[in-house]
Amino acid sequence: MAKDLVKALSDLKEQEVVKIVEERLKAKEDPLKILEDARKGMEVVGKRFASSEYFIPDLVYSGEILKSVTELVKPKLTKETETKKLGKVVLGTVAGDIHDIGKDIVVFMLDVNGFEVHDLGVDVPPQKFVEKIKETGAPIVGLSGFLTLAFDSMKQTVEAIKAAGLRDKVKVMIGGGQITDEVTRYTSADAYGKDAVAGVALAKKWAGVK
Amino acid sequence: MEKQWEEMSSDEKQEALFARWMSPKDPQGNDLKFQSPQAQKAYKERITRIKDAIQMKKLPDRVPVFVIPSFFPVYNAGFTPQEAMYDYDKCSMAFKKLVADFAPDAQIGAVAPGPARVYDILDYKLYSWPGHRVSPDQSYQANEGEYMKAYEYDALIDDPSNFFSSTYLPRVFGALEGFKMLPTLTSILEIYGVAFNFIPFGLPPVQATYKALFEAGAEALKWAGAIGACNMEINAAGFPGLWAGFTKAPFDVIGDTLRGTRGVMLDMYRQPDKLIKAMERLTPIMIKMGVGAAKMNGQPAVFIPLHKGADGFMSDEQFKKFYWPTLREVMMGLIAEGAVPNPAAEGKWTTRLEVMQDLPKGKTLWMIDQSDIAKTKKTVGAIGCLYGNVPSALLALGTPQEVKDYVKKCIDVAGKGGGYIVSNGAFFDHAKTENVKAMVEFAKEYGTYK
Ligand code: B12
Repeated sequence: MAKDLVKALSDLKEQEVVKIVEERLKAKEDPLKILEDARKGMEVVGKRFASSEYFIPDLVYSGEILKSVTELVKPKLTKETETKKLGKVVLGTVAGDIHDIGKDIVVFMLDVNGFEVHDLGVDVPPQKFVEKIKETGAPIVGLSGFLTLAFDSMKQTVEAIKAAGLRDKVKVMIGGGQITDEVTRYTSADAYGKDAVAGVALAKKWAGVK
Repeated sequence: MEKQWEEMSSDEKQEALFARWMSPKDPQGNDLKFQSPQAQKAYKERITRIKDAIQMKKLPDRVPVFVIPSFFPVYNAGFTPQEAMYDYDKCSMAFKKLVADFAPDAQIGAVAPGPARVYDILDYKLYSWPGHRVSPDQSYQANEGEYMKAYEYDALIDDPSNFFSSTYLPRVFGALEGFKMLPTLTSILEIYGVAFNFIPFGLPPVQATYKALFEAGAEALKWAGAIGACNMEINAAGFPGLWAGFTKAPFDVIGDTLRGTRGVMLDMYRQPDKLIKAMERLTPIMIKMGVGAAKMNGQPAVFIPLHKGADGFMSDEQFKKFYWPTLREVMMGLIAEGAVPNPAAEGKWTTRLEVMQDLPKGKTLWMIDQSDIAKTKKTVGAIGCLYGNVPSALLALGTPQEVKDYVKKCIDVAGKGGGYIVSNGAFFDHAKTENVKAMVEFAKEYGTYK
């Protein structure tokens, strides 16, 4: 049974997922166990995305299915889930840029790989990154941007982090369609990830995960 | 006697549109007065060069070169996007400076920044612009959303025009609230239909909407006067404008502006048949939009920005099912009427190239961003003319020598046998002037066919 939910979710069978969850709740199963299976299913989705078996529509859809699972399970939850996270990441699309599809995928992949992600959204001014880093103490920062003007916004964001005295406390990765090694040097970021999979690899390296 | 349009073959129609492009008119319908005989000669040479590259029948004298930016001309002239969007003279100055500085074979006129005051009047919600939720020195921004709900496909399919006026437009323009109260105009039948159906036009919200429309219209006309004069001046200096107008892939109409990325992607799973039906319904409308612009402005190229079918956006199976069929149909519809579809393959489309080469030869013009250029040449480049591939990051951060090396590689790989035009690959805001210059000058120097 437990296996079925993992499989149904990772195969994106929305109706089946809902049915299984309803049945298991009716059978008075521990809701945390159901959520744990859902998490495993999402992990498989992430793996399939990494191996180019799944694409953006599949991620969007899996996220939507997960949402219905949590909605069903939430009322039965007595305590919050306490899953151990690998580390915190602050992430957002930089000032002047609203492209969020690439950023959302990075957030998704970091999340299913066990990171606690603080997503600041789009068009995020440098100061907001700084505040969030202070608030969360996150050691990893991700900047997304697709426009050429985002190169400057990224640079300014790294500078703002430096001015706040936080530069040696965080690792900064950047990414987005037009980002190259050259842009990484220009912005003084630590590295760039050509896709979400590379972003996860960087975060794992920096968090000291094997 | 000249053949009537209806009697012409698609080849003849394309020739006729090129011929009209070659002999531009002023607003009174007289032959455009060029700045000098040299400017006139350069104008014709430029179009001939581009035409040869597009038609792929004979080699042009050299590889043509374009500069196709986003807000770069504005920054290059020392203005902010806010100034360019509110002050039409400044906008004109910026785009005139672009051709004076770089002398490309074609340009895209001064229309891109657009009239911000019109958006102010209409309370446009789909975009934010400098001075209005965006800082003065940044480009405008799209606010993606679900402006059409998942359950509204039937309404769209049933009557797209009515869906736009009564539902979509009031959602994206605050000032068009009154449109929600309008009757269906096809109900105005016989004498019975008149009185009842005109009542809404007397209601205060509807009248307020029309007042805003008149105001916006007057402002748009002012903009068109200023920008039209500017574009004509650029033409008269010898620089043809590339695009007659634009149209879109039906999947992007729904994915960009109606349902949004998330919405359209869920629809691929939850209501694929409706999505496909809606795209089929939009196809003739998108053809008409492009063909209408080509005929009205008397020039062939119609811009089609391609968004959500790029590599990674969906699987190849999904691309073949959802994205390509109606896009191809739009392109074929344009080609039949003599227009030259100019899809811009934004980002990477390397995995789509084999599918997309299924088009007649010498009829299309492709802007190539980061797709693998060698593979593009072998596939889509075998049937259509390519331009672009010079990366934005290189233009913004590289050196002139690096730009030249890159352009050399492009010409060596894609220029062989014609059918390639040197150009930036993406709509850039920031670049080093010397890098843009290096791109254009090196193309002219190295691109000559012997
Ligand atoms: C979709 C799109 C839009 C949508 C945005 C919708 C949205 N909600 O995001 C709309 C239509 C609204 C739009 C608008 C505009 N756009 Co646009 N857009 C695109 C398009 C087609 C796709 C971008 C995208 O979402 N890709 C999907 C992701 C998943 O692809 P990806 O890059 O492979 O993503 C991976 C990596 O980048 C990486 N990654 C991303 N972020 C991060 C962060 C970190 C930390 C890491 C490690 C990795 C990482 O991981 C991702 C997942 O694997 C691109 C062209 C293209 N195909 O790239 C143009 C493009 C980005 N847009 C462009 C422009 C110019 C604009 C406009 C200014 C156009 C205009 N003049 O109207 C506007 C305004 C935007 C603004 N102010 O921000 C240009 C930028 C040009 C340049 N840099 O030189 C592009 C490149 C098009 C082009 N070829 O000219 N756009």
